[in-house]
Amino acid sequence: MTPSRLAFAAILGKDLRAELRTLQSLPAMALFAVTTFVIFRFGLDRTSLSGSLAAGVLWATLLFAAILGINRLFVAEREEGGFDAIRLAPIDRTALFAAKASALLVYLIVLELIVVPVFAVFFLDSATALAPLALVLLLADIGFAATGTLISSMAVNSRARDLLTPLVLLPLVVPLMIAATGATEPLLALGGPGYHRFDTWLAVLGLYDLIFLLVGYAVFDFLVED
Amino acid sequence: MYGKGLRSLSIATVAALAVSLSLVFFYAPLDADQGFVQKIFYLHVPLAIVALIGFVVGGVFAILHLRSGDSRWDAYSYVSIHMSVIFGVAVLITGSIWAKASWGHWWVWDEPTLVSFLIVFLMYATYYPFRYAIEDRERQARYASVFAITAGAFVPLNFMAVRMAESLVHPRTFATANGGLPGEMMFTFLVSFAAIGLLWVTLVKFELTAKSASGQLKRLRRALDAPGPGSTSRVAPEVS
Amino acid sequence: MPALPLDEAGKYVAGAYIVFLVLIVVYVAIMAAKVQRIEKELRELAGFAETRANGDQVAPEREEVGADV
Repeated sequence: MTPSRLAFAAILGKDLRAELRTLQSLPAMALFAVTTFVIFRFGLDRTSLSGSLAAGVLWATLLFAAILGINRLFVAEREEGGFDAIRLAPIDRTALFAAKASALLVYLIVLELIVVPVFAVFFLDSATALAPLALVLLLADIGFAATGTLISSMAVNSRARDLLTPLVLLPLVVPLMIAATGATEPLLALGGPGYHRFDTWLAVLGLYDLIFLLVGYAVFDFLVED
Repeated sequence: MYGKGLRSLSIATVAALAVSLSLVFFYAPLDADQGFVQKIFYLHVPLAIVALIGFVVGGVFAILHLRSGDSRWDAYSYVSIHMSVIFGVAVLITGSIWAKASWGHWWVWDEPTLVSFLIVFLMYATYYPFRYAIEDRERQARYASVFAITAGAFVPLNFMAVRMAESLVHPRTFATANGGLPGEMMFTFLVSFAAIGLLWVTLVKFELTAKSASGQLKRLRRALDAPGPGSTSRVAPEVS
Repeated sequence: MPALPLDEAGKYVAGAYIVFLVLIVVYVAIMAAKVQRIEKELRELAGFAETRANGDQVAPEREEVGADV
């Protein structure tokens, strides 16, 4: 294995093991999401959701739960001096970016594995849409992992970092949300999953992922240098 | 020497704006659909295009800053984005006025260009609190450049996504696409666009000159060992 | 919506151009304040530099006087 890949595996492993050991973020994120569903049930005064309403509730909740958990990946690192150690080690900065983004991706996937079935049980009348929905979720997660890692890597070195990450991240993920809800809305339609413009929206998600993975790859060096 | 050429530039800008306004009100024909209200188009659209170009230019300066490490590029990047945000305010307000006059509502969600612009504006508005939150000057400049590059990549993607979100049921065509513009209107539009572009460049140069003057002042103060207010803006980069 | 009659439309068009004008003028006003501050500081620094220069001229004389003793 090349040193880059070793570094990547090492950092990724460390983050995932740390989370497994302490279970700081994931339970909180999942709990937050489920509680938010309950709030939506009362806020909208609906017991079942379909179409655009369902898509909106699901994606808005996932987004806010993700933002809630995102700082954990970096705050702990910084406070425990992890960044200094990484900075001193002669590793490729892009390996760090890849590792952090992958860790965030894993968090999001696990979050969704818990939260989406709960959503289906609460609000949907059939689970047939969940399989194609998984594809949309995956692509959106990749995009969110890329931009989330980029922004929170910078925000963690600032004051008011808890406010800064959501502030800068939210407009940035608007195109992601547009595409994700655009694909999800026909999937959760009342009569059964529809695929109106499904491929186009997936293409937009893919494009978003590609662009921001590239941007992250190109600029991450400048974030971690001293 | 930032102030060099500023006077000629200002004169050119004033002349261009004067010519453009004359064309708008005395030469361009009246629009068949929207009537006199359409005249706002010659102000709103050039402002929007120039602002967007300004954001992209800010991103380009940011790339140059990261590659060279020269803080002057960071100042250029900051001022470009700053000016485009100000122009952006003008875009949104004039757009809103135009919407009210054309469709009776101060804001319309199904006009994709306006909505995209709002999102881009909100994105760049976070540039200031973002810079302000990072205390170390050098790091602030570096991160700001990363922001400018990321945001620059975001702009076209955002426009595409919002446009696609537009339901196919009610397509609304602003005259933003220059398709079908009669000759006189197109000419007027181009002159207006040039005038607003010149305005942007002039104001950016103006701002950089003022910053440079402050920077030279600081330098003088240091050289004289004089005590002083030393009031630094924590957001804007310094130019010396 | 049918096109507004000229008198009503005129108000909206005027409003848009006025907003534009106001923004430019506000910007100029803010820059004017900045330039004013620069001028004030320059004046202070010039005064400071002058007193320093005069001080340098005075001090050598005093040293001569002191050396007599």
